[in-house]
Amino acid sequence: MSGIFTKSMARNIFYGGTVFFFLLFLALTFDTERELPSRDNRENLTAEVAAGKHIWETRNCIGCHSLLGEGAYFAPELGNVYTRRGPEFIKAWIQSMPTEAPGRRQMPNFNLSDEELDQLVAFFKYTAGINTSNWPPNIEG
Amino acid sequence: MQYKSQAVAMPYFIAAIGLFVGQIIFGLIMGLQYIIGDFLFPEIPFNVARMVHTNLLIVWLLFGFMGAAYYMVPEEAETELYSPKLALLLFWVFLVAGAATVLGYLLVPYATLAEMTGNDLLATMGREFLEQPLPTKVGIVVVALAFLFNITMTSLKGRKTAISMVLLLGLWGLAIFFLFSFYNPVNLVRDKFYWWWVVHLWVEGVWELILGALLAFVLIKVTGVDREVIEKWLYVIITLALISGIIGTGHHYFWIGAPEYWQWWGSIFSALEPLPFFAMTVFAFTMVNRRRREHPNKAAVLWALGTGVMAFLGAGVWGFLHTLAPVNYYTHGSQITAAHGHMAFYGAYVMVVLTLISYAMPILRGRAANSNKAQVVEMWSFWLMTVAMVFITLFLTAAGILQVWLQRVSDAPMSFMATQDQLMLFYWMREWAGVMFFVGLLVYVASFFIKGETRSAKA
Repeated sequence: MSGIFTKSMARNIFYGGTVFFFLLFLALTFDTERELPSRDNRENLTAEVAAGKHIWETRNCIGCHSLLGEGAYFAPELGNVYTRRGPEFIKAWIQSMPTEAPGRRQMPNFNLSDEELDQLVAFFKYTAGINTSNWPPNIEG
Repeated sequence: MQYKSQAVAMPYFIAAIGLFVGQIIFGLIMGLQYIIGDFLFPEIPFNVARMVHTNLLIVWLLFGFMGAAYYMVPEEAETELYSPKLALLLFWVFLVAGAATVLGYLLVPYATLAEMTGNDLLATMGREFLEQPLPTKVGIVVVALAFLFNITMTSLKGRKTAISMVLLLGLWGLAIFFLFSFYNPVNLVRDKFYWWWVVHLWVEGVWELILGALLAFVLIKVTGVDREVIEKWLYVIITLALISGIIGTGHHYFWIGAPEYWQWWGSIFSALEPLPFFAMTVFAFTMVNRRRREHPNKAAVLWALGTGVMAFLGAGVWGFLHTLAPVNYYTHGSQITAAHGHMAFYGAYVMVVLTLISYAMPILRGRAANSNKAQVVEMWSFWLMTVAMVFITLFLTAAGILQVWLQRVSDAPMSFMATQDQLMLFYWMREWAGVMFFVGLLVYVASFFIKGETRSAKA
């Protein structure tokens, strides 16, 4: 870098550029918030879904599974599990854990009550209704 | 060392390395669980091992950043630390809180831990990387604020350099964006949207300021190149980092329910994200080539150069590989993501902390540099860990390509678990590369105990 381009010029570009792009980011965030109601399935956010999300979080499901592609990659994607498996399968599956099949990946049994299972399923039903721009590419997640 | 109070950095560095060892042990456990699914089940389920692995990484890097700040800021400000006692007190608070959190993960079922720690008052747990119980999160904020108070006061009473200003800006940003970890709306899309304000704006935002400041500091010391030149480079690098990285957050907004224009914003700006890392590599090599003196600490120079190269490969190249929306549509949440995550964290943040430790630790121990013998061992550890990480990344990338093909691209897609069975060969190779990494880490630890002839420190 030549002598014409000084440190204080570099500093000013840094501060100016950072402020500009952060403001742009805030503007895009503001616009996102305006568009979200048409995409995020909020009309189906019931108390049951909220309880289901709480169960999802307090059992640290994200530590093995992914949800809309984020999380761990040790166990299947669950954002669309409601569509893939349906409510009864999901509940029966959770209750029959762990499989204890030797050498296979194991999921703990969380001793969820029937009510809690329904809440978790309600949460999966809600996530499956989010407009994810057609992701995942197919039902397998 | 120039200022007595810089000595408080030493316990931070020691704790960082200790927790690093713990992190890798849990990484090896997880790697094996990928292959032998029921390994250590039910004692250590995969999700618990993963929390420990990722949380230890974050905590030891924070220890490294704080130790680095305590070492650098007095020297940059040309004054003693505002309060060395506060720094030592915070060290113990952070260490005990961190240890208690990890023990909580390991000893108590997560749901019980959540109940015990007041998660029902304010639900913040159970989100990736932000699994910490509420008291730990509050503790992180308290420690961070007290730490920032200490180094800001130090900086204010002394010389203000570009390096210390950039470092402070990065550290303040780190604390401020962490506050979003307390925001957890029921609406999953909004939850995810603002979750990235912690995760992305940390690692592809404010942490890059810290990274740049640390690297610039060490390069000034080991090359003797004029501060004006180095600080100008620093500004250019962090400008590139933030103007690409802030809007680059959009590459996380493709498939989580956010508007579709993020596919354009995210793709275009994150395609620019390799630039700051490329500049960093050029920067490190140019400064070392233009060096005005031969610093006796060759190992620190090697780490500094390695940081540039590996950050560019891991964060830059492997990030670009899957950042364009049409590609990411297939790779999102696959082993490709894991490959990128490993090399990016190692290349950028692990290596820059080790660079600073490599430079500062001998001085803290009363010598300009370690003995030649100790440095040779340290450089062995550099190559073992770095080459191992290259292999880990390549094997995970191979696993990821195969996974994407079988599960996502194919006309007859396989289920997740059936696909996993097809990836075992690569998971085995990754695990052996992990063992190599662990050997490298043990060699690294051993290098601190190797004696030999040294020169006393004047610098």
